[in-house]
Amino acid sequence: MGTFFTIIVMAVLVNNFVVVQFLGICPFLGVSKKTSSALGMGVAVTLVMTITCLITYPLYEYILVPLGLEYLEIIVFIFVIAALVQMIERAIRKFSPPLYRAMGIYLPLITTNCAVLGVAELVIDKAQMMSLLGITSMNVGVAVLYGLFAGVGFTVSIVIMSGLREKIDRLKLPKALKGFPITMIAACFMAMGFYVFNMIG
Amino acid sequence: MTGQRFKQISFDGLLRNNPTFRLVLGTCPTLALSTAAFNGIGMGLAVTFILICSNVLISLLRKAIPNAVRIPAFVIIIATFVTIVRMVLDKFIPSLYESMGVYLPLIVVNCIILGRAESFASKNKVLDSAMDGLFTGLGFTCALTLLGIIREVLGSGAIFGYQLWDFRIGFFSSSAGAFFVYGVCIALFNHIYSKAENKLRSKNFAARIMQKPDIGDPQSELAEQAEAEDAVSAQTPAEDAANAAVHDNGGKA
Repeated sequence: MGTFFTIIVMAVLVNNFVVVQFLGICPFLGVSKKTSSALGMGVAVTLVMTITCLITYPLYEYILVPLGLEYLEIIVFIFVIAALVQMIERAIRKFSPPLYRAMGIYLPLITTNCAVLGVAELVIDKAQMMSLLGITSMNVGVAVLYGLFAGVGFTVSIVIMSGLREKIDRLKLPKALKGFPITMIAACFMAMGFYVFNMIG
Repeated sequence: MTGQRFKQISFDGLLRNNPTFRLVLGTCPTLALSTAAFNGIGMGLAVTFILICSNVLISLLRKAIPNAVRIPAFVIIIATFVTIVRMVLDKFIPSLYESMGVYLPLIVVNCIILGRAESFASKNKVLDSAMDGLFTGLGFTCALTLLGIIREVLGSGAIFGYQLWDFRIGFFSSSAGAFFVYGVCIALFNHIYSKAENKLRSKNFAARIMQKPDIGDPQSELAEQAEAEDAVSAQTPAEDAANAAVHDNGGKA
C-alpha cells in the first residue's frame, strides 16, 4: 500500500511528466487551447501509456534481455506503440462510438508522442526508476501503475495549461509574445507550482 | 546544386525555419538538455548526425517507399540511426550518454527529424536533403547551445563547465527556468526577425527571400504564422502545425 501511494505522489506531483521531466511537451503546447480537447488528449495518452507499460516491460524483461537483444529496444518499442495505437483506435471505434468521437482524433497523434516512448524507456531503466520513485525492485505491476499515474500527471498538467490558455487568449499582448512565448512563460509559473511538491519527496 | 539553392537551404535551416525558435519543434530535448551548454551541443550534434543520415536515406528511397506506409518506414529508418548513435555514445562519451538519459532514445519521436523527412527529404534530391539536414541540425544545435549558455551562466555561474563566478540564480537551473528562458528567447527571436524582415522588405529585397520554390508556398511571414496558429487551433500538435506551415499536407496520420 505504501508503494502504491508513493507511486501516485511521485508520478503525478513530484516528478510530473510534463513540467518536471519535459516529456510530452508537443501535445502540451499543441492541444491545450481548449479544456475539453486537453482532457480528451490526456485520457487518450493515459490509456496508451498504461497499456504500453503492460506490454513493453514484460517484452523487454522476459524476451529481449534473455536473448541479449537489448540494443533493439528502441525499434521494438516504437513498433509496439504504433501497432498498439492502431489497435486501440480500431477497438474503440468498434465498441464505443461515442468515446471514439470524443478522443478518437487524438489517438493517431499519440504514436509520435514522446511521453509514450518515454515511459516505456523509463520503466526498464532501474537507475531512473530509483531516482524517480525511490523503488529498487521493479515488476510488471509497478511498471503499469507508473504508466497509469504518469499519464494522470500528464492529464493534470495539460488540463491546467488549457485553463490558463483560455484566459491568456483574451489578453492584449505585444505581437512578439503571442502564441508560444506566452504559453512557455505560463508553463514556467506552473513548473514553479509543481516545484513545491519536491518538499514531499 | 547551385549557389542560390545552397544559400536558400542554409538560410532556411538556420534562421527562417529555425526548428527551435521559429517552428518550436523538438521542445522536449530543448527544455531538458539546455541546463548546460555542453549538453546542448551534444544533443544538437547527435540530432544533426541523425538528421543528415535519415534525410539522405529517405531521399534515396523516396521513390521506393509506398505513400501509404511512409510514416512507419521513416520512423524505422530514424530508429535505426538513433540506435547506432546510442551505441557509439555509450562506448565513447559515457558522460554525455549519462546526462542525455532518456532523451537520447526519444530522438526517434523528435518532431524535427520526422518533419524534415516528411516535408523535405521525401520530395527532394539526395544532396539537397543532406544539406537541409545539416543546416536544420545546425540551427537546432545553435539554439540549444545558446539556451544552454544562458541557463548555465545564470543558473550555475559557469560556461562549458568552466566556473566564472560564485553568483548563481537557482531558478535558471530548475525546470521553471527552462520554460522561462525558452519563452523569452522565442519572443526575442520573433521580434528581431520581424524587424529585420520589415527592413528587408522596405529595401525591396523581399522578392529574393520570398522565392521558395521547394517549399511551395511563397507566402509572407505573417501568413505563415497565421497558418501555423490555425493548424494548432485545429487541434493538431506542434509537429503537424509545422508540417502544415511548410507545406500543406495535414493528413499524414
